[in-house]
Amino acid sequence: MAGTALRGRLTWQEATVAEVITETATARTIELSVPDWAGHKAGQHLDVRLTAEDGYSAERSYSIASAPGEPVAITVQRLEDGEVSPYLTDDLRPGDELELRGPIGGYFIWDGEPEPVLLLAGGSGVVPLRAMLRHRQRIVSSTPARLVYSARSLADVIYRSELDGYGTEVIYTLTKQQPPGWTGHVGRVNAALLGEVAWLPDQHPIAFVCGPTAFVEAVAEGLVMLGYPPGRVKTERFGGAGG
Amino acid sequence: MVVDLTALDGNAIGGLLYEVFGKEMTTAVGVCAHCGSRRQAAEAVVYLRAPGTVVRCRDCSGLLMVFTRYREMVCVDLTGLSDLAV
Repeated sequence: MAGTALRGRLTWQEATVAEVITETATARTIELSVPDWAGHKAGQHLDVRLTAEDGYSAERSYSIASAPGEPVAITVQRLEDGEVSPYLTDDLRPGDELELRGPIGGYFIWDGEPEPVLLLAGGSGVVPLRAMLRHRQRIVSSTPARLVYSARSLADVIYRSELDGYGTEVIYTLTKQQPPGWTGHVGRVNAALLGEVAWLPDQHPIAFVCGPTAFVEAVAEGLVMLGYPPGRVKTERFGGAGG
Repeated sequence: MVVDLTALDGNAIGGLLYEVFGKEMTTAVGVCAHCGSRRQAAEAVVYLRAPGTVVRCRDCSGLLMVFTRYREMVCVDLTGLSDLAV
């Protein structure tokens, strides 16, 4: 039940939609006003619960898209057969209320450490990595960072207009469709691409890999083959299903 | 091992684990009772679509934890873990 806060427990709380931003044809960033928000770290997520009038409820976990210190925001990719995401992307309006709990997660977070950071995103897996890039910019960190972003097409790239502004190298690879004259990478992230863009293991880099399960498995394995210790390859999978 | 591409990982149940254990658990280290592998909860293989939430070992696929919800109660089976540093 929302509102029955027990000290130290993770409780459901009411949030109000402050703004809905169109990122792509199917992705929306939802900025939320959460009165009792405890503050979050870059890479954490939150759970959203929707309850129908008949009492049926559905929960989904979403990465937080905003940096620590910024208002809470999530970016939601609409899944055609989804139960929750179409409501969030298509129906939600400023002023609407949502139930959420968070922040959640201590494993997939970046706290401003100085070792070089390699961010690898598959599709909407870019969301927690964007929070990390924003955090890096806000704390004026000099940590070297690179983002590798695999998307189906340029039109599917979330945050495209802002990613170049974070002062980090962004390497795109487009898997399904490339615009005329595209000179960037094509196809899935493979060993050759990783070998080209990854920080050398002797620089003690840390990698954050987020995306569909197949993407994460392939990229994490590729980084370990390059000599990254498994403990320095942080992974977060959102499957192919969900909703 | 064969990786099921619909499987998620322990990050996906961070909220559920927090609800059950009362604290952040994705970095808690568990020991698989089947193969002895030690890993953080975030690294486990998680199936949300099974009846209940099923958590398996990333190394041997052995069953680590099962969570089922009945009304306001969460039923937890941890017999697949020989240790969990809560």
